Amino acid sequence: MSNLSITNLTKKFGRTMAISKLSLEVKSGKITVLLGPTGAGKTTTLRCVAGLEKPNEGEIKIDGILINDLPPKERDVAFVFQNFSLYPRYTVFENITSPLRIRGFSREEIDKKVKETARLLHIEQLLDRKPIFISGGEMQRVAIARSLVRDSRIFLLDEPLTNLDAKIREEMRTELKRLQTESGATFFYATPDQAEALSMADWVAVIKNGHLMQEGTPAEIYHQPRNLFVADLVGSPSMNFIPAILEGTNLNVGPGCFVLPLTKEIAQTALGKLSSAQIYLGVRPEDILISREQKEGFYPGEVEIIEPLGLLQIVRLRLDGYFLRVRSEEKARFTVGEQIFFNFKENKLHIFDRQTEERIW
Amino acid sequence: MNEFQRRKAKNRVIVVVLLVILVVYFFPIYWMFSTATKSKAEAFSFPPKWIWKPQFNNFRDIFFTGTGGALGRVRGIEVESKPSAFARQFTNSIIVSFISTILATFLGALSGYVFSRMTVRGKDDLLFVILSSRMLPPVVVAIPLVIMCRALGLFDTRGGLIIMYTAFNLAFSVWMMISFIDDIPKEYEEVALVDGYSRFQAFFKFVFPEMRVGMAATAIFNLVMTWNEFTFALLLTGENARTAIPGIAQSLGTAGVNWGQIAAGSFLMVIPVVIFTFLLGDNLVRGFTFGAIKE
Repeated sequence: MSNLSITNLTKKFGRTMAISKLSLEVKSGKITVLLGPTGAGKTTTLRCVAGLEKPNEGEIKIDGILINDLPPKERDVAFVFQNFSLYPRYTVFENITSPLRIRGFSREEIDKKVKETARLLHIEQLLDRKPIFISGGEMQRVAIARSLVRDSRIFLLDEPLTNLDAKIREEMRTELKRLQTESGATFFYATPDQAEALSMADWVAVIKNGHLMQEGTPAEIYHQPRNLFVADLVGSPSMNFIPAILEGTNLNVGPGCFVLPLTKEIAQTALGKLSSAQIYLGVRPEDILISREQKEGFYPGEVEIIEPLGLLQIVRLRLDGYFLRVRSEEKARFTVGEQIFFNFKENKLHIFDRQTEERIW
Repeated sequence: MNEFQRRKAKNRVIVVVLLVILVVYFFPIYWMFSTATKSKAEAFSFPPKWIWKPQFNNFRDIFFTGTGGALGRVRGIEVESKPSAFARQFTNSIIVSFISTILATFLGALSGYVFSRMTVRGKDDLLFVILSSRMLPPVVVAIPLVIMCRALGLFDTRGGLIIMYTAFNLAFSVWMMISFIDDIPKEYEEVALVDGYSRFQAFFKFVFPEMRVGMAATAIFNLVMTWNEFTFALLLTGENARTAIPGIAQSLGTAGVNWGQIAAGSFLMVIPVVIFTFLLGDNLVRGFTFGAIKE
């Protein structure tokens, strides 16, 4: 268990900037998730911490001690690769024990530790097999076991669940969280999957093109996204965005679709921060109310597509040239082409500056 | 004709074509063997004799002088039996080819690993320079090489030939190994590095075994090239270190041509390469044990 602190980390590959002045704290005993799309620099960040890449600038410290120039084996971190990377010629047992053998543990210690770890990950029955004879989910467990078997200071997990089937992925998500809680280990976890990030993380850092976009608790990231990118990345289905123009205390949405009156507070804040009247209105699908009857303050829209998702359904409404995805309960029956009415939950609107893409409300 | 019959007929045609190709390829080897085991009269009879009583004294005679002459040396005169020039040349061929093959393949594997994995300044230029050593026709570099070898005291020594062949095959080995090593996921050694192995340990423990396939293929090519090499073997050697290929060629015409012994010598020359290829070829087929990485 250790703290990891990254300051102004910069890594270039030739002329491509992979990470640019990234600063981040990974707290001891917590899961810190690095969330970002492919190519955002997640893997590079992890590799810099592991010592597999040499950063161009910046400091990486574990428990306050600079480790920039240490070779990987002296950093005492564990790395779980996206593709698992088991040694093909070794059995599962040999794979798991390899970090212990090189460290000169005694036979009894090795046996004891492997038994413990294997039980924790439910892979006791696989110990004699070679990696080619086990499934993807099992390979992943073995890879995790190999990193857990020695008590590393920090566990770096690079998209460990990306290559698994949806069902196993969800199981493993819970398992990993349980493992981390039980062992109290420090996880630094990279993933492109926002659901994984929100469900597992104690702390989320969103990155894009090597730049830190926002960091915070999962709730903060979800409810107070700092900009358009974060708002769009987090949440499934993602937030609805419709261009709008601020006209006094009203929003002309579309413009021309409908006019939305704002509270004084919102209008004033917006006016103060905006560079121009051009904005994006952002609303999460669960923050839209729909009804078949025309109610006070509701706007009309046409049902375009209905996606049933079991308990819930996603109703896509067509407005003039735009659409809104709405999460509704399955009991509510709508038909495609029908005209229905919608409104927004109070205080759930987000307003983004169209130029800077920053959220101003 | 239905689809099934058509396919069957097509297969038959393919088999026949393959058989014809096989016969064409193996005919020279058959001819060598038959000439080596026929008597002189039988070997030159026309039309050729398809059935004969094989005799193996040619195989004995090329290795020992004094029992009937080795490669046109002594004819008809009984002298004390001792190893012939061909025996020495054959030994030279084996020593020179195998040592230089092992060296070139191993060094190629090591440098291929570095080129494939590490950031090497001027990597592309270096690789081009390495390759360019094979661009000139051998004759062009032959004279300077002969002079260099003389100056260094390497002329007509096995060591000189070994160094030469290793240097020549290294270029090819490096290029071939790079492409093989590029295919080995670098996560293998990275996992090992994080697990606590040094770069060297990680290489020998985890990468080297995976390189077996590439090394086997490279070694086969290297051996075939060295074993059959003629120009340098002729120019850089005299009596001592001459290998069998120029040796056999040289035996033409010095004291008449003993075709039976030449055929026996040539036939023997085919065997080591075939054995080597079969042994390593097994490796090629069984080699790929990837699958511990999820793509």
